[in-house]
This record gives sequence, structure tokens and C-alpha cells, in this order.
Amino acid sequence: MNKMRPASEAELCEIIRAASGPLVVRGGGTRGALPAGVVLETGGLSGVTLYEPGALTLVAGAGTPMADLEALLAAEGQRLAFEVPDLRGLLGREGCSTLGGVVAENASGPRRVSVGACRDFCLGVRFVDGRGEVIRNGGRVMKNVTGYDLVKLLAGSRGRLGVLTEVALKVLPRPETEATLCLTGLSDVQAVAALSAALGSPYEVTGAAHLPGQGTYLRIEGFEGSVRYRLERLRGVLAPYGAGAEVASPWAAIRDVTALAGRAGDLWRLSLRPSEAPGVVARLGAEAVVYDWGGGLVWALMAPGSDVAGRLGRFSGHATCLRGAGAAPTEPPAIAALTGGLRRQFDPRGVFA
Amino acid sequence: MDMPRPDAAILSRKARIVARLREVLPADAVVDDLHELRAYECDALSAYRCPPLAAILPRSTAEVAAALKVCHDEGVPVVPRGAGTSLAGGALPTADSVILGVARMNAVLEVSYPDRFIRVQSGRTNLSVSGAVEEEGFFYAPDPSSQLACAIAGNIAMNSGGAHCLKYGVTTNNLLGVTMVLMDGTVVEIGGPWMDAPGLDLLGVVCGSEGQLGVVTEATLRILPKPEGALPVLMGFDSSEVAGACVSDIIKAGVLPVAIEFMDRPCIEACEAFAKAGYPMCEALLIVEVEGSEAEIRHQLDLIMQIARRHNPVELREAADADQAKRIWLGRKSAFGAMGQINDYMCLDGTIPVSSLPFVLKRIGELSRDFGLDVANVFHAGDGNMHPLILYNANLPGDQEKCEALGAEILKLCVEVGGCLTGEHGVGIEKRDLMAVQYGPADLEAQLRVKDVFDPKWLLNPAKVFPLQVTASRRAG
Repeated sequence: MNKMRPASEAELCEIIRAASGPLVVRGGGTRGALPAGVVLETGGLSGVTLYEPGALTLVAGAGTPMADLEALLAAEGQRLAFEVPDLRGLLGREGCSTLGGVVAENASGPRRVSVGACRDFCLGVRFVDGRGEVIRNGGRVMKNVTGYDLVKLLAGSRGRLGVLTEVALKVLPRPETEATLCLTGLSDVQAVAALSAALGSPYEVTGAAHLPGQGTYLRIEGFEGSVRYRLERLRGVLAPYGAGAEVASPWAAIRDVTALAGRAGDLWRLSLRPSEAPGVVARLGAEAVVYDWGGGLVWALMAPGSDVAGRLGRFSGHATCLRGAGAAPTEPPAIAALTGGLRRQFDPRGVFA
Repeated sequence: MDMPRPDAAILSRKARIVARLREVLPADAVVDDLHELRAYECDALSAYRCPPLAAILPRSTAEVAAALKVCHDEGVPVVPRGAGTSLAGGALPTADSVILGVARMNAVLEVSYPDRFIRVQSGRTNLSVSGAVEEEGFFYAPDPSSQLACAIAGNIAMNSGGAHCLKYGVTTNNLLGVTMVLMDGTVVEIGGPWMDAPGLDLLGVVCGSEGQLGVVTEATLRILPKPEGALPVLMGFDSSEVAGACVSDIIKAGVLPVAIEFMDRPCIEACEAFAKAGYPMCEALLIVEVEGSEAEIRHQLDLIMQIARRHNPVELREAADADQAKRIWLGRKSAFGAMGQINDYMCLDGTIPVSSLPFVLKRIGELSRDFGLDVANVFHAGDGNMHPLILYNANLPGDQEKCEALGAEILKLCVEVGGCLTGEHGVGIEKRDLMAVQYGPADLEAQLRVKDVFDPKWLLNPAKVFPLQVTASRRAG
């Protein structure tokens, strides 16, 4: 048997207690690495256990399909503000994304630059650790400093500390409308400066991206009159960078990095200090890049086998190889000791691959 | 509230420990005089006091590292202290501990407006972080009510919030990185001026760990452009149920105010007597604040007032100008001071699901009658973070114990309805023994294991957060 799909949290505990070899925890398999090992699917742990629109709170099983959650929220005029990317096209995957997978990857889209990441919207978790024990942390309320915040620790832990079984999320109202301003003809340096100027203005920009050779994009959301007003003001702020034109929403494509989808080559993701991004990209010599998060996130398509680490040298941030022969990012020894220590505490037998 | 019995062996080695600290720190950075140590005997939970063995006041990360290494070698517990404004006893020492105060480390290290961050030493006060960037039109969002005095170090330790969290989040949502010294003197850099990193989110678990995982010496904080303007509206209702329903309707309508503050009748009366803000006498009062340009504020306020009118308010008052806005906030901002004028009080900090508000207020009223102590409610209604103030008389024998017992009942109630013990003040010693109400043994054990990794000898602020009997074997080891 190379695939298991527990139907309950109790069954999941038994599987983990009985496991000896590496288990690969998988939601929908639409993002993240897929190491070797016995696949442990969470699809059986699905369903919404609580949804209170007036309290902006949603609690659901980790295996719940994201599409179901998004439909449920849309019916109440709400949404997950961190804008979950759909990377199936980019990574050449199929399947159906789950809540647990999104949280385990801390998957966050363009709006991350203004409202925060997935982890910032996680209020509570239940998970089963490598000892096969159920652990609860956080809760379902927005302000909670009771004990250590293991919710953050589990968000983005990619199934290495435990298997998420339930997550409580903060949701937000879906704004009445949105508008996008597009500037063209900017160099990367000018573009990132324009994005910074926009994000440093009081006009609440919720998307700030640059596609070299295509355009530099800024999104504003809210009530109709407010969006009109802020868009005009933003044009004023950005006047030194050109007139700019209002365009149809490009944000699904930016979120899903479609500009780099279906193309051969190594794929890298860089998280860095925005003002350093153009210089880093210049050193990289990529075949194509997409800047998001005001320049704080760069997706880069590289010729196969490129020595990315060598070209990057030292910079303020991190580089991760998503496809190709890049080395895994190395942590400073003191951080690696803490990370390793936590993994041994939560998974003493090393059952999570 | 029990504290562990001081270790006699450590007390007997005081002279040697102080001498070793003086070897690695400047002379004025080590305090061992008994009178001077009185300054460190408590924090804002002043009912509990105990002077420490010594206090150290380092000026740099290197000095913190050197001092911690000495304490680690000597097996001496260390209690980190920001500005000492903790309401939960987070900085309360034991007689065998060294207080590590970061107050002298208050420099701004770097500001970047294009990258929207500021890096400061952790002893800098919350308000002076905003002060350092306000000329360029920026601010640091978390705004605990002690922001004039409280230090960023304490904000990070307690994951502090404030009145404007509904829109801007709490400390953890605005913290990008820290320089932290582990108990053995190792300096670690976690995060930085970028938005995410591969690997485990250590920053997320450090924030809110109440000084038990390491001593944060520097912090990289997200700064935001200041909104064009802000304006509050005041509404009075003849029942708290109606006020609660109004809050829920405002949120459901898609308006996201920056603050929704709630006060009940006892609180309104005390504030009126103290601050004369001109509040209407009613059962429940809401202050709702929105931000933006004039036109945006107008639009949001119209929507909010439309919703409020459906709930038959006894009062609906807009601020016509900045002066009137100030008056609307005046009473709320002086609520704690007003209470202090008429009574001793204990301030609770539980959070509840917003939908449970009417039920919880009713139960608090019943408990208040059962215990024979008045309770005034003032809280952040938008996010469910309650601050019931229990009024008591510290000079009356037994009254403080009665007050603490009522407080425990109210916090248990918060947990019962799906909330938590503390929304922004932290556990400290105050709610330590209630942790088992919210978390089961496995849930607590998982948290203790995190501390095992960062501080295997359990020397950093060891008698806090968890029930003493739960941590006894670890602290002894």
C-alpha cells in the first residue's frame, strides 16, 4: 500500500503511531515538494465545522477543498484575503487544492503585501504530531496570546511537524469593486521605485506587481466612490513614472504566475528586500521574471542547470528552487539547530518525510 | 499566586554571580544594591512583589550575550524586562533571578521608507517607534494603551495588540524580524526586511513567548503610511444585546472600521464622572472609527449609521470636527484612569467570539452579583477582546482573593464560549494556573517541548505561562 487516506482524526493518529517509514502528507498535491514515501492524504478530514460571517470566522477540516470554502464565503460576500495562488499551471500539477495544503505551505498571493500572509489569518489549528498525539493550539478568536503560538509554527511547516486536521481562519469582507492602474515602459529599477511610492502612499494599494516588458500594476479595492478617488490620487503620486492607464484585472494571472507557466527551465522563488530586487535580478540573468509584493517576491525562470546560488551571492532575503537542480536553502547553524530541535520534539521517530 | 521557592544555593553565590557579571558588563550596568533593586520588584501587576538577586542593564546585543552566558554557566534564572508595564506579571522576578532590563537599548538602527520597515533596539518605546517615522507620514500600527511607556521588547514577548487591531493586526502581524540571544549566549537572526522565508516560522513562535525562548535585542518592524484622516461615531443603545447585534451587522455589511469600542453602563458612569466627555447615560455605548479621505469617511459613516438606526439607538452622535472626535474618544481613553479614581480594580483580558457577546455580558452580570463585586466592561468589540474591570478594595482583607476568584470564573466563561484566557496582555503569572482550562495535557506538553529546544535548562522566565506543577520537573532539571 503506498497511499493512505484516514477518514477521521483518530484513524490518522493510529496510522502515524504504526508508521515506521517516511510519510508524505498530501492535501491535493497541487503545490509544494513531493518527496518519496508513503502518501498520506487528508481528503477524508473535510467539512466546514463553523462559519460565522458576523464574526469573520471560518473553521474547517484540513482536507476541505479550497474551491468549496471559496464558494461558501462568496455566498456571504466574504473571502480569504491572502489570495491563495493556484500554482497547478506553473508547477505542472493536477488535483484539487485543500485548506491544509494551503496552510502547510503558507500559500499567499499578491494581497500579502498589504494584508499579510496565510499565517496571519490562521486563528487556530488541530494537528497530529509524529508521536500520533492530537494537539490543539490557538482557537477561533482574532486576538489570542494564550501560550505559545504554535499556529504560526505549523503554518508553512510543510507537514514536517505534524498533520493538520482542522484550521480556524479569519475571513474578510469582499470589497464592492477593484481597479488596476498600469504603467508601461519602466525599467525594473523604475518599476520597483514606483511600486514603493504607491505602497508608501495612504491610498491602500492591495496589489503591486511588475512584469518586465509588459507592465507595472497597482490594485485598489473598496467601495466604488472610494476606489475612484484613490485611483486618481495614486495617478498623482505616480505621475513621475508616466500617465498610467486603467486596465482589466491582471491579478489572477499574477497570483498564479501564468507568465512563467508551461515553459521549460529551472524555476526559482526569491523573497527579498524590494529595493534590492532589481539588482539581484540583474545578476541572476533569468530568462523571465515576475515581480510581486512590491518587488519583495520574484519568480524567476532560469536556463536549466544555472548556478543561481553563485550568481546571487549575498543578498537580503532567501532563494528557493521549485524546479531544477538547485541546492536546498541552507540555514545558519544556530537556526538549523533550533529547527532540527523542533523537528525532533514534534517528530522524534522521523516519520514525516 | 505562588512563585517557586528561591534556590538557596544561588542566593548563597550572589557575590560571585554579581562579580562575574561585572567582568563582562560596564560597572553601571549591574545593580545589586538592595534599595536600587526595589525598582525591579514588580511590574504593572503590582499586587505581587519580590526584589531580584540582581538587575543588569546592557546596552548592546553583545553585552546581553555575554551576560546570559554567565547566567547560563551559573544556572541562574533570568527574567527579561521591557518597560515593566505588564499587567500579567510577565516581568515579576524571583529572589534567585537576575532581571535583564533592555531599557537602555533604545536606538533606531535603520529606517527604509521604500522598503517600509524600521529596525530598532528592543528597549525603544512603542510610541517612539511611530515618532521616528511620523515626519515622513508613516506609523507603527500596534497601539497598546500603555504605548507611551511600553517597550517593543515587551510588545514582542506578549504579542501586544491595541484598539486598532481589527484593521492592522497585532504585533505578530507587524513584526518582520528579530535579533535574539538564546539563554546560552548564542545570537540568532530570525527574519528580516523581507516577507517570508523557507524553513519553520520561528519568528511566529518567538512572538508571544513571554520572554521564555530568548531575549530579543533588536527588531525589524513593518511601518505603514498614515491614513489621510479618521473619524469616530458614537452610538448608545438600551441593551448590550442590541449593541452586539449592531457590531455584527456592521462587520457583515463589508465595512471594516479600524476600531469598534464598547462600554457598559457602570463604565460610562465612571468615565462621565471622571472625564465629563458628555456621554449619554445608557446600557451600552459603541465608538466606531473609520479611516480614509473625507469622502471615504463620509461614505463609511453613512453606511454605519444606517445600520445603527435599524437598531433604534438612544443616541447617534457624529464628530463634526477633530475637537468633537477627541471628545468622543476622551471618555474611552480615560476609562482605566476613571476606574482607578473610584476603586482598586483588576483588568481582565479574555477574548470571546463576537456572537457570544450578549450571553457573556449577561453571565458576567450574574457572576458579579454572586460575588458581590461590581464589574465594568470596556472592550474592543470588533475582535471580541474583552476588558472587564472588577472593582474591589485592596485594603479590605479577603477582597483581592475574592476578586481573583471572580476573574478566574469570567475567564473560564470566555473559554467555555469558544474564546481564550488572554487576548493581548499575556499569561504571565496571572493566568498561569488557568492554562489547563483552555488546553489539555498534550496541548501544553507541545508548548513545553518548544521551550525545551530554545532553553533546555529552563532558565529564562521559568515560572511564567504554565502551571507550576506542570513545569516543576523541567525547572528542577
